[in-house]
Amino acid sequence: MSADTLASGNAMPLRASRGYWSGVWLRLRRDPVSMACLTVLVLIILASAFAPLIAPGDPSVGSVARRLRPVGTPGYILGTDELGRDMLTRLLFGGRMSLTMGILPVALALLIGGTLGTIAGFVGGLTNAIIMRAADILFAFPSVLLAVAIAGALGAGFVNSLVALTVVLIPPLIRVSESATTQVRSLDFVEAARASGAGAFTIIRVHILGNIMGPVLVYASSLLSVAIIMAAGLSFIGLGARPPTPEWGLMLNTLRNSIYSQPLIAALPGVMIFIVSLSFNLLSDGLRSAMDVK
Amino acid sequence: MPVYILKRVAYAVPVALAVSMICFLLVHLAPGDPLSLVLPADANQTTIDATKAKYGLDQPLPAQYFLWLTNVVSGDFGTSIATGRPVVSEIANALTYSLLLALIASVLGLVVGTLLGTVAGYWNGTAIDKIASAVAISGVSLPHYWLGIVLVVIFSVNLNWLPAMGAGESWSAERLKFMVLPAITLAAMPAGIITRSVRALVADTLGKEFVTALEARGLTQTQIFLHVVKNAAPTAIAVIGVQLGYLMAGSILVETVFSWPGTGLLLNTAILQRDIPLLQGTILVLALIFVALNLLVDIVQPMFDPRMKRG
Amino acid sequence: MMEQATTSSRYILEVAGMTKHFNVGGSFGKSRKVVQAVSDVSFRIREGTTLGIVGESGCGKSTTARLIMGLIGMDCGDLLFNDRAIGRSAREMKAFRRQVQMVFQDSSASLNPRMTIEASIMFGPMVHGEDRAEARRNAHHLLERVGLDPARFAGRYPHELSGGQRQRVNIARALALKPKVVIFDESVSALDKSVEAQVLNLLIDLKREMNLTYIFISHDLNVVRYISDHVMVMYLGKVVEHGPSEALFANPAHPYTRALLASMPSLDPEKRTLSAPIAGDPPSPIDPPQACRFHPRCALARPSCLAINPALFDAGPEHVAACHRSDPKSPYWTEGEAQ
Repeated sequence: MSADTLASGNAMPLRASRGYWSGVWLRLRRDPVSMACLTVLVLIILASAFAPLIAPGDPSVGSVARRLRPVGTPGYILGTDELGRDMLTRLLFGGRMSLTMGILPVALALLIGGTLGTIAGFVGGLTNAIIMRAADILFAFPSVLLAVAIAGALGAGFVNSLVALTVVLIPPLIRVSESATTQVRSLDFVEAARASGAGAFTIIRVHILGNIMGPVLVYASSLLSVAIIMAAGLSFIGLGARPPTPEWGLMLNTLRNSIYSQPLIAALPGVMIFIVSLSFNLLSDGLRSAMDVK
Repeated sequence: MPVYILKRVAYAVPVALAVSMICFLLVHLAPGDPLSLVLPADANQTTIDATKAKYGLDQPLPAQYFLWLTNVVSGDFGTSIATGRPVVSEIANALTYSLLLALIASVLGLVVGTLLGTVAGYWNGTAIDKIASAVAISGVSLPHYWLGIVLVVIFSVNLNWLPAMGAGESWSAERLKFMVLPAITLAAMPAGIITRSVRALVADTLGKEFVTALEARGLTQTQIFLHVVKNAAPTAIAVIGVQLGYLMAGSILVETVFSWPGTGLLLNTAILQRDIPLLQGTILVLALIFVALNLLVDIVQPMFDPRMKRG
Repeated sequence: MMEQATTSSRYILEVAGMTKHFNVGGSFGKSRKVVQAVSDVSFRIREGTTLGIVGESGCGKSTTARLIMGLIGMDCGDLLFNDRAIGRSAREMKAFRRQVQMVFQDSSASLNPRMTIEASIMFGPMVHGEDRAEARRNAHHLLERVGLDPARFAGRYPHELSGGQRQRVNIARALALKPKVVIFDESVSALDKSVEAQVLNLLIDLKREMNLTYIFISHDLNVVRYISDHVMVMYLGKVVEHGPSEALFANPAHPYTRALLASMPSLDPEKRTLSAPIAGDPPSPIDPPQACRFHPRCALARPSCLAINPALFDAGPEHVAACHRSDPKSPYWTEGEAQ
């Protein structure tokens, strides 16, 4: 056995190596801001998911007699809204719609845009040109305008805003995954995989995805905050959720007339959107720096 | 240089055409018969026949598109269902309001963002940087429509300093008062984005070798600072130009909150009244403005840095 | 070519008239240009021997390797493996690919950073249907064979290894498919000299043990001389000389080969030359010089070298070269001498 092997081989401990993702997770765990954001998000998501079990009241039952009670009213910790419905209950239930409408489009766009971008990057040539030019055209619209255009034409409703938001988020994900794939594709280990006789699908699955997943996921995570704000925004202007569905953006809109009498209550749904969006943003930043090591 | 400009323009034309195509298709995306979407419910038979002929609704889709495009190019965007007035005059009226608001907001966002970003980047890692970065990420994460409501609660309801909504009676200094809150609201997100970009840029440029070289040559901090600004300028221009476009188009929520009579409020009306011609026309105009602004950025950027020329 | 053999074994790989041109540019406004990366290259290799390919960068060495591997398609030419033509159908390529493997120059870029060493080696055999347990057993055996303790290295990631260790992994990965021919494309060039020597000796041992045939591409003539039985010299996509290693190094027949040898850093100070025998960089393979491509840099060039493409002539047993001015039988040999 030769010298370079022996020398460093003996220095190498017998423990198993850590994979890339467990390394990222370890660095993320050491970042207090990221962990705080993750905790907040998990709590809000769980509370929304189990809203029927933990909410003190019924989100759709109100009473004219107890309209706009202030924050701290016994039995109504966060007060009541303009129709006398319990705010805490409605905020918890509202999270279900708002979070779904913010997270699901990102997930769908990641799936669709990621697939198209990877194909464009791996195949190249005409396929690449067609996919990328199509993405360019959607990019020619400012994102909010495109979402409003599609949702506006389709009309209000959950599925319609889901479609609108997904379409808006697809082009940036195509671009990011295309450029990541193009970079990885030209590396020698992909050539080596081709030389071993592997087909395109196997190479993408085994060699490309693992290497583009990092940057693409970081990018997608940065879109979560945008999507949450946009989704609630669509409901705010009368697209998206329809009354009496509890949804943060819609609640913000219907409570607008109450800013003179109960400004604090009128602001509450926005606080939720802000907390979630801020947490997603900070977590995305944390994830980026946790991955940014050589 | 002229060749480069021609190339950029030549690239923008097909993009603008594709944008118009998507706007055209919006009518066909909407559920229901296109004819009923562009006409008021009580339209008489003569109007129906005239509209059918004008848009060629019995012809294949490409032919319809060309008819529509011919109308649009000659300034005919159809008739608003809600008001019965030509869409183009509705947009022209609202556009002044939106442009003014977006312009003020982008100048505000640019000044605040550049200041915060430069300060944060220059004193990278210090407490100043941390505070500026926290402000920036809050600006990016704020649902701006909510920020508008909060500002109204504070400055209109509680302090009674500024009007809560509307645009006043006429074009006068009084109108500026109505613009303060919407402009601040609209500027929050671009200010955050610009702060983050400028901060990264300045910090990155400071770390470059040429800065060390300048220090070695004995330049003062101020001189070095100017060098850094000069190097960061082209990227900053791109960020700002694109942000202005986003502000023009993204003001729909803010204009709704403040009832500011711009294109955003127009869009909101169109949505609430299901006024498809108005929706289509407004979106087309805003998207074309966005394309034009991007083109402008592409043309102006290389004047500051010739390396930026895109092929 | 003389059939008098240094080794009497049969030919395992034969390349005939292999040509590859790349289009560059051609976006609107610019005319299309053609890079003549490999032009009409023919050679054959006996089983169990090592063919060294040398030349300056841009001479088509790496393109030749990639063409043989089928990583890029050839414009024209034939490839025979064990006297059988290799078709371009997917199924034939997959079977052929098991037989010929390659070790790349950049030890780091040629290993997937997200995969363990073991997984990288197992990938190829598993593509060809080997089950996981068997592939792992073979991978560990190979690691041991290339001098890396499987217990310590199998679960490592590439960035935890030194360049020499990584290149051993790449060798193991190439051998995992049990190939007959292995192509080394500048595989040891990036290594430290001491590590390079160890890896070269490992290659020689492996070749003998596993009855392999090597194609060894390098710009380092000392290394090529050490490991090769035959050497092929390429210049701007063409073969200018090809012969048994000893004969070629002792009696180079082509002016370019002579120039290359003269510029070779010798260990013997007596033999060191002070003047650079060839000046400048090789011309661009875009629009290469007409006829003999070496003529602009050749001290012996005559008008005929600019006009008539020199064919390969016999310069000795299994030794050929393409030069009018070195071939006594060439009608152009003495051209201009009288003037």
